[in-house]
Amino acid sequence: MAEITVLAATGNAMVAEAFRQAAPDVLAAYPITPQTAIVENFAKYVADGRVHTEFVAVESEHSAMSACIGASAAGARVATATSSQGLALMYEELHIASGMRLPIVMANANRALSAPINIHGDHSDVMGARDTGWIILFAETAQEAYDNSVIAFRIAEHPQVQLPVMTTLDGFITTHAMERSELLDDTTVAAYVGAYTPEHPLLNGQTKAAHGMFASLGGTYFEIKKAERAAIDASMPHIKAAGEAWAAICGREFAPVDAWECEDADYILVVLGSAAGNARVVARELRAQGIKAGVARIRVYRPFPFEELAQVLAGARAVGILDRSDSFGAQYGPVGLDVRSALYGAGLLIPTRDYIYGLGGADVTLDVLRQAYGELQALAAGELDQSLSYLGTR
Amino acid sequence: MANIKQLSETRERLVGGHRLCGGCGASVAVRQVLLGAGADTEVVVGSATGCLEVSTTALPYSSWDTSFIHNAFENAAATISGVEAAYKGLKAAGKIAQDKIIKFVAFGGDGGTYDIGLQSLSGALERGHDFVYVCYDNNAYMNTGIQRSSATPHYSWATTAEVGAALPGKPQRRKDLTSIVAAHHIPYVAQASIGNWKDLVEKSEKAFNTPGPAFLNVLAPCPRGWRYTGEMTIEVARLAFKTKFWPLYEVADGVWSMKEVREKDLLPIEEFLRVQGRFKHLFEPENEHLRALLQAEVDEYYDYIRERCR
Repeated sequence: MAEITVLAATGNAMVAEAFRQAAPDVLAAYPITPQTAIVENFAKYVADGRVHTEFVAVESEHSAMSACIGASAAGARVATATSSQGLALMYEELHIASGMRLPIVMANANRALSAPINIHGDHSDVMGARDTGWIILFAETAQEAYDNSVIAFRIAEHPQVQLPVMTTLDGFITTHAMERSELLDDTTVAAYVGAYTPEHPLLNGQTKAAHGMFASLGGTYFEIKKAERAAIDASMPHIKAAGEAWAAICGREFAPVDAWECEDADYILVVLGSAAGNARVVARELRAQGIKAGVARIRVYRPFPFEELAQVLAGARAVGILDRSDSFGAQYGPVGLDVRSALYGAGLLIPTRDYIYGLGGADVTLDVLRQAYGELQALAAGELDQSLSYLGTR
Repeated sequence: MANIKQLSETRERLVGGHRLCGGCGASVAVRQVLLGAGADTEVVVGSATGCLEVSTTALPYSSWDTSFIHNAFENAAATISGVEAAYKGLKAAGKIAQDKIIKFVAFGGDGGTYDIGLQSLSGALERGHDFVYVCYDNNAYMNTGIQRSSATPHYSWATTAEVGAALPGKPQRRKDLTSIVAAHHIPYVAQASIGNWKDLVEKSEKAFNTPGPAFLNVLAPCPRGWRYTGEMTIEVARLAFKTKFWPLYEVADGVWSMKEVREKDLLPIEEFLRVQGRFKHLFEPENEHLRALLQAEVDEYYDYIRERCR
């Protein structure tokens, strides 16, 4: 049986604990608000001799991911953490990590992107990484940031997956707020994560390995990229299996889409991350008034759970999509585009409204969520169009 | 070190069949450097994006008889530092035997080292990883077609430092990268040339045998970019040394020393410039003063290094 320690802990502290328990061979990272506490806590584990990890305190996020790529290609279990401008600086390397099929685990403290500079929580940074070939998990709470970070190693290193995994938590709301969190014992986590056996390490000792080769004309590049899509498409069952295996140990359910009261819901808000709690509070309030409201929270964002989501949304009269970032010039925000595509693919022409909300850490109050649910009722009644709109700003 | 006969019989780690140009200085630099690694030592090679990388790793072939990693252009040092960290981390985990010795070396051209990779290099040097970084300096972005870098000589022609009525080639002097690296106070720094093979192999041996970071800046002439024919590569490299264009020196544990040009071998800078098309415009009558300026600049830099070596 797993031993459980109940902590009052921040999301960052819980991610650092997960990394400690997964015991990476290398962790290369650079400080950035609001991620820094993950790296700081880990540096203390190193100083105290609690981990065998080679900690590489690099001079930039670009070098952080570069060193992670070198270390992972060498055959090490590798973790790192970043946020915002740091993730943006890594952009080139994110594609290389996935293209080289390296199972790196990275925590991202979701934060606004400049300009103007802003250190608070939104999803602008991680949405820029959504097409990079990384598996991307969103946590709602500090507890889930821990759970996702533990699960991430098992997903990434699965021989049939071999892809990097980003485990994300919302800046300040989840990274810094202290919550009741359960920490499982080290032995249980180590047994769950298992040992990592790389297939083609540079440091093999017998055969030679080559990573990062040149694929020019002739179709090899195309074939490799096609294989990369096949890999992330095929990863969903492994993600579910890893999540369910963890759920069996810790007792907390795992699903790519966390559907709250959606089965009979007329009005559903689709949300990622920390805003889901407030959405549920308002939905509960509406249900007390006889209005069937639901909340569909996407926990696995890449690969996108389009089938699961379409099932959850199938009976709704109107769907509101909460986008904590924008895709400037596109018809909707990034989550809006994904959700509408999933609905269309499933033959569901449910009216939707895409809401840009909470940019730069703007408060997501119960009032703005009440406004959204109210608009969904107007939308279902044909009194509103499906244009993009904003919550909580002038 | 081994004599030339022994070296000629030493196992090659960059093998034939690669697609570098005939007369390419980079492949000579790599082979001479790797001779210094020790015949029986396991070596992992990293490379920045560039001529060397694209010409030696075209799928499904590799010209490297070593494990090899390429990541991107500006991060060869950061990448090899990750490989070296994995070696330490895996040793700490008991997954690599404690007595197992593996050496790590990264190669980058001057574009990938002086310019876009300078931050990554500086960081890896400061962190003290046990690796050798080798810059094969061919004085420009040769892989993309002879664009100027901060290693391109003053008044040299390049495709982004054109020669015309208004400009006589590159308007700026070269960056002194070797001194910049020396300012990191790492255990071993050297400037070497493929024209002086014995000096280069000796420096490489020191670099590989020094614990901690070591840096070699190796002059590697490029027939395409310097505009001379391929069979002259070694001769052009020797002229660079004899005309003081490329002083050979090292900084070992903070002690500077140089291999001075013998008085009888000293040549004016014109002898280096004359054999290369990239300096052709300097021999137009109106540009005579630029040759004089270049002579003054190489004299000044040579004296500066000599002063540091006192």
